[in-house]
Amino acid sequence: MLARRIIACLDIDAGRVVKGVRFADTQEVGDPVALAARYDREGIDELVFYDISASAQGRRTMLSTVADTAATAFIPLTVGGGVDSVEQMRLLLRAGADKVSVNTAAVADPALLARGADKFGNQCIVLSIDARRVSGSLARWEVVTHGGRRATGLDAVAWAERGVALGAGEVVLNSIDSDGTQGGYDVELCREVSSRVGVPVVASGGAGSAQDFWRVLTEGCADAALAASVFHRRELEVAELKAFLAARGVPVRPASRIEGLGERRADDGR
Amino acid sequence: MIAVIDYDAGNLHSVLKAAQRAGLDAELARSAEGLERARGVILPGVGAFDTCMRRLGEQGLVEPLVRHLKADRPFLGICLGLQLLFDWGEEGGGAAGLGLLPGRVRRLEAPGRKVPHMGWNALHLHSPSVLFAGIPEGEYFYFVHSFHAVPERAEDLVATVDYGEQVTAAVSVGRVHAVQFHPEKSSTAGLRVLANFGRLVGDA
Repeated sequence: MLARRIIACLDIDAGRVVKGVRFADTQEVGDPVALAARYDREGIDELVFYDISASAQGRRTMLSTVADTAATAFIPLTVGGGVDSVEQMRLLLRAGADKVSVNTAAVADPALLARGADKFGNQCIVLSIDARRVSGSLARWEVVTHGGRRATGLDAVAWAERGVALGAGEVVLNSIDSDGTQGGYDVELCREVSSRVGVPVVASGGAGSAQDFWRVLTEGCADAALAASVFHRRELEVAELKAFLAARGVPVRPASRIEGLGERRADDGR
Repeated sequence: MIAVIDYDAGNLHSVLKAAQRAGLDAELARSAEGLERARGVILPGVGAFDTCMRRLGEQGLVEPLVRHLKADRPFLGICLGLQLLFDWGEEGGGAAGLGLLPGRVRRLEAPGRKVPHMGWNALHLHSPSVLFAGIPEGEYFYFVHSFHAVPERAEDLVATVDYGEQVTAAVSVGRVHAVQFHPEKSSTAGLRVLANFGRLVGDA
């Protein structure tokens, strides 16, 4: 049976992890490669690197970070943040990313999704949507861009459907209302989109507790749930979270019964 | 040496690095000469069946690959590299495959299931294989695909996963092995599969 995925997201600026990472082990603080290897060992199913670099130099650094990570952590890796061309997708995929996620650039140029899917296959193309609940409305969300500062007028559910029709093989739904609150995912948004698209849906924004994951993976019909600070701050251990979900009937990948090959710990900063 | 076939089909870097981490003497090979020097071959692949067959053809790799397979030399196909072993793939209007195994590659059409089949799924092992030495029944591996191989001969099928129907996860004939999942993205379980393949090549 296909397991629901638990995804850790790292915000990266010019090759360094930023925001909310509080590890006791100083070698791991800020180093995306070491952190990725650690999450792989702890049983995270997938990683997302979100590039917040403002400079061209920072973006070039991301390519080597991706290559180093792909040589160290052997779980799927999605890279997003400022991806706005097929050429940039090509560079990231070649460096070792398994998927690239597109957000603002797809709103400006929806055909980018189709061009990417034609070139690399739709399984590589993730449509990331920042959605804000329309005030006074129980079940309407508007797509926003630029970190929530710019409204687009697009209906988030309709945009998800269109993006999938164009070629997105996965949709990440980031609730701007929930993001950073640790008050739970927007379960309703997730359920609405998941019932309307035939590709996997990833819930993002608002994770604070194991119950939040459970709700969005059951009531919210999410195929995967993404979180950042609850993992980075060690507020929730991956193994504990998965045990919690498994005990409640959610299919998750348990910790592997296979021992590592011995050399895995050697060069990942421990 | 184990040749990882480089035909611009996606995640070569990850496959090469994982193979090396698993202890394999692996390097990329783009040409017939590179392939023929190798004791074992890994054929990765992400993308469309027809496109990948065309690229293999353009690089002059179809003939040497078929020779390698027919001679029962160690081979590991990954994802599309499994599908290409079959007679025919219907993706992109249809194309002939390498034709080692009888069967077709069809679009996944599991009712009520999302396509692509993306994520970690638990393996059902149907027959013993050196590739899965030390891998317990039910171990999880990472899959991402929209098409799946339907073998004609039950004996070619080594492992399946449940995705509304039984989906081919691994096939073997002699020393030719192939997996639909991505060992390079399947953490310790995947590295173990790669190490097992390395042992097979070492024993060859």
